[in-house]
Amino acid sequence: MSTTTATHHDDHADHGHPTGIMRWVASTNHKDIGTLYLWFSFFMFLFAGALALGIRAELFQPGLQFVEPENFNRLTTLHGLIMIFGAIMPAFVGFANWMIPLMIGTSDLAFPRLNNMSFWLMVPAAILLITSIFVPGGAIAGGWTMYPPLSVQNQSMSVDMSILALHILGVSSIVGSINIITTILNMRAPGMTLMKMPLFVWTWLITAFLLIASMPVLAGALTMLLTDRHFGTSFFDAAGGGDPVLWQHVFWFFGHPEVYIMILPAFGLISTIIPTFARKPLFGYASMVYATAAIALLSFVVWAHHMFTTGMPVAGQLFFMYSTMLISIPTGVKVFNWVATMWRGSMTFETPMLFSIAVVFLFTIGGLSGLVCSILPVDIQVQDTYYVVAHFHYVLFSGAAMSIMGAVYYWLPKWTGHMYDETLGKWHFWLTTIAFNVTFFPMHFTGLAGMPRRIPDYALQFAEFNMISSIGAFALGISQLLFLYVVIKCIKGGAKAEAKSWEGAEGLEWTVPSPAPFHTFETPPTVK
Amino acid sequence: MSQNTNNYYLPAPSLWPLIASIALFLMAGGFAMQMNDVASGSYVLIAGVLVFIYLLYGWFRDVIKESLSGFYNKQVDVSFRWSMGWFIFSEVMFFAGFFGALFYIRTFALDWISGSKLVWPDFVATWPTSGPAATEALEAMGPWGLPAINTLILLISGATLTYAHWGLMKNNRKQLTIGLILTIALGAIFLYLQAHEYAEAAFTMDSGIYGSTFYMLTGFHGMHVTMGTIMLLIILFRVMKGHFNADHHFGFEAVAWYWHFVDVVWLFLFVFVYWL
Repeated sequence: MSTTTATHHDDHADHGHPTGIMRWVASTNHKDIGTLYLWFSFFMFLFAGALALGIRAELFQPGLQFVEPENFNRLTTLHGLIMIFGAIMPAFVGFANWMIPLMIGTSDLAFPRLNNMSFWLMVPAAILLITSIFVPGGAIAGGWTMYPPLSVQNQSMSVDMSILALHILGVSSIVGSINIITTILNMRAPGMTLMKMPLFVWTWLITAFLLIASMPVLAGALTMLLTDRHFGTSFFDAAGGGDPVLWQHVFWFFGHPEVYIMILPAFGLISTIIPTFARKPLFGYASMVYATAAIALLSFVVWAHHMFTTGMPVAGQLFFMYSTMLISIPTGVKVFNWVATMWRGSMTFETPMLFSIAVVFLFTIGGLSGLVCSILPVDIQVQDTYYVVAHFHYVLFSGAAMSIMGAVYYWLPKWTGHMYDETLGKWHFWLTTIAFNVTFFPMHFTGLAGMPRRIPDYALQFAEFNMISSIGAFALGISQLLFLYVVIKCIKGGAKAEAKSWEGAEGLEWTVPSPAPFHTFETPPTVK
Repeated sequence: MSQNTNNYYLPAPSLWPLIASIALFLMAGGFAMQMNDVASGSYVLIAGVLVFIYLLYGWFRDVIKESLSGFYNKQVDVSFRWSMGWFIFSEVMFFAGFFGALFYIRTFALDWISGSKLVWPDFVATWPTSGPAATEALEAMGPWGLPAINTLILLISGATLTYAHWGLMKNNRKQLTIGLILTIALGAIFLYLQAHEYAEAAFTMDSGIYGSTFYMLTGFHGMHVTMGTIMLLIILFRVMKGHFNADHHFGFEAVAWYWHFVDVVWLFLFVFVYWL
């Protein structure tokens, strides 16, 4: 494995970084592995997005036109699984890889080889998930939440492949999170106290904790599902004394922290971008840290709000309703702080800032519709309707995905050494934002009017809104090709980026040249 | 490669991560094929396991070499400590999922099934149970035979491991070796008795929810004891080769932490699976 034979080097410059394919498959460099994560995530984003376009094509008109109902179910299931585990999560890990060592002033993550393993485990998992489309019985079709009894009764091998893919992704996430949490706790530059860390690092510290606490619970749930399918256990079978609802409890005990795993790093990203372009320090840094921690802790006691209609004692329902509502308090603190950061700032509106402002605006809409869903009697009405679809796309697309896009523009100069094309970036922003709202805003109306999700056909009165949504979805999908073009153009060339690419940028990452050299901070800087 | 020991150790590019990925791919793919009776599935699975064993051997060999060459400074050692602690926390949460399932079934689900008059009107919730559709009476596993002896064995093994650690701290190799051998022997006896208990048990994984939770919890615990025993064996080999000293023995400590964790899980199993 080792290619180093030199015996007289006093630095790491001669670790002999291999070129060609070996540079990537054998990498122990946080920047290269971060790049791998980000590209992987982007291709999964396009793939799962294409599946979503299949859904929207079918729903363009009432009636069945393009896909069989079973295949429609497969599209929704794989779209959800791949977007969550293949696109959003790896993108945040990519940022963590690239930026955390630069932000806290250390040479790499604590365990570079394990870091590479975390990435390369994503690949077999993706292969298992995607090839499961072609096995007899077809891909997994019971929704990304894999509720039994459907997921036990479906005897297709694809369900087992998906379960094992998620097991592998779980290993990847746990190893990656242990790596990140260890890096943050043990590798900070001298003087970088916890309360001086950039907020993005804080949000990842807490996210890593959530991952380590929740991913093993998913592993347990998946194992029970697997043994129920093949080894005769009765965890989810009432005839044997089990309960299908048990799956929902264990799954959502993982699933709700998972939701915050996908949004806390997004909060960290826009808390980095907004101060830069408002040219003011982040308002209420300490309260941001405490709010993040509060959201994380609350995320472990709200899971059954996903199950209000599955039957539970009223006392339980009330507990989960109130605990869910409590989350709006720390979240409100965050939104207030972002707005207060912009208040009387010397604002400019480059692409990253446009994305961040849109996130504050649109995520808040998603947060408020979440509050609507948390109200028990309302949830009984809107559960499993397009209202819920609208809600979670407002938090996951305009919260997580759009903050990722903004942050890509923000750090592209640092990564590539070139400024991206600002005009095209703004075009990408406006196309994405408008198309996103055209797609998902009407779903609030169809949902409130009672259109159920995950059904390939619908009653005639929903036709107009669905047509609007579908047109928006195709515009949204095609706009992302522009994103790809802007990124490639920026890698190929463009105006030379300064070390400090943005006038108002703060932080250690802007003290190293652009593009960031292969090795940085081998001797840690001292933070005052 | 010599390196400034003041700097944090950064490993050279390595193919082990990719080999890990291949191993898990073969294992998962082979397992999925085998469960669905696809011919050649078991070969793929076995190939995966072999690659995995090669991986563990090779990667740990490299790490031990680096450790013996003194590449790991104080800060690296602290990284190891944090990461092992968090890894054990993830294991705690893994078992917590199964314990949560057990508590949920016993406290809520069975009660609700026995209250339902529609499907199984005669079913009355008791514990242990094989569920309302069971035709035969269930003979549960009592706590005061083998399980109690096993509890004692694991508790003593925790003490012998600490005895070994004290030996290491005093640079008393003999005490260290004896302590380790005793711990490994106790682990092996535990596993033998556990296998015996399984062989004699009047119920299987098929025996409704009691069999499901019993075998899932004790089975995963047994796998962890097996892993722990193998890890202790490797530590014993390393001790016999002269590795570790009073200041530098994180490998030993990590395995000791893991062993104590497995021990504590057993106490919960004894109370909630065998006893109550």
